[in-house]
Amino acid sequence: MIYILGAAATMLSVAAILTLWRLVSGPTPLDRIIASDVIVAIAIAAVGVYSVIAGNATGLPIVLALSLVGFTGAVGVARLISSSEGVRRLFDRRRAMKDDDDR
Amino acid sequence: MTAELVMDYLGALCLAAGALFALAAAVGLVRFPDPLSRMHAATKPAVFGLLLVLLGVALTLRDPKVITLVTFAIVMQVMTAPVSGHLVARTAHRTGQWDSEHAVVDELADDQSADKDD
Repeated sequence: MIYILGAAATMLSVAAILTLWRLVSGPTPLDRIIASDVIVAIAIAAVGVYSVIAGNATGLPIVLALSLVGFTGAVGVARLISSSEGVRRLFDRRRAMKDDDDR
Repeated sequence: MTAELVMDYLGALCLAAGALFALAAAVGLVRFPDPLSRMHAATKPAVFGLLLVLLGVALTLRDPKVITLVTFAIVMQVMTAPVSGHLVARTAHRTGQWDSEHAVVDELADDQSADKDD
């Protein structure tokens, strides 16, 4: 039984390292946010494996909290990227208006 | 072979299967070429892998409190994972950060160009 759990922990470690490589190398912000979503999922799985190996349920509130708020990072970054074009247009328009006032 | 031992082994196997899903997602993240196909790999451990892992925890610990927490965590993950997935995919499409040349069908772009024609 401990061998199965050890194999699960090893697979999770390798998965975390591979995902971290994608998080670092990008190339786009979307790739990074997808990788960070996967890291959250791997962290939840790791807490589950820890709970089974340790035989107690002290880690499970972490699982609950991560599953509740894990999606907010991806939502925030996705909104930021998709609206940054609009923000830039707004910025340009404001600057043009200010130039008109100065004149 | 008591029932407890069987449940312990079933739980451990569920945990290993969930970890395998996470590993497959990580390999897909490294190997796939563009954000949308990487999302296809990345969303597997977020829902089904997590379901397997938490099922393994519930089978091994077998405590009513644990089962309640685990059920709530699964429900919350199933409710929140599509939100982030939808927004990331929408952003990838709108900012053109995806492999549109190899796409077989792109109904969103068809709808958008039809809207522009009106």
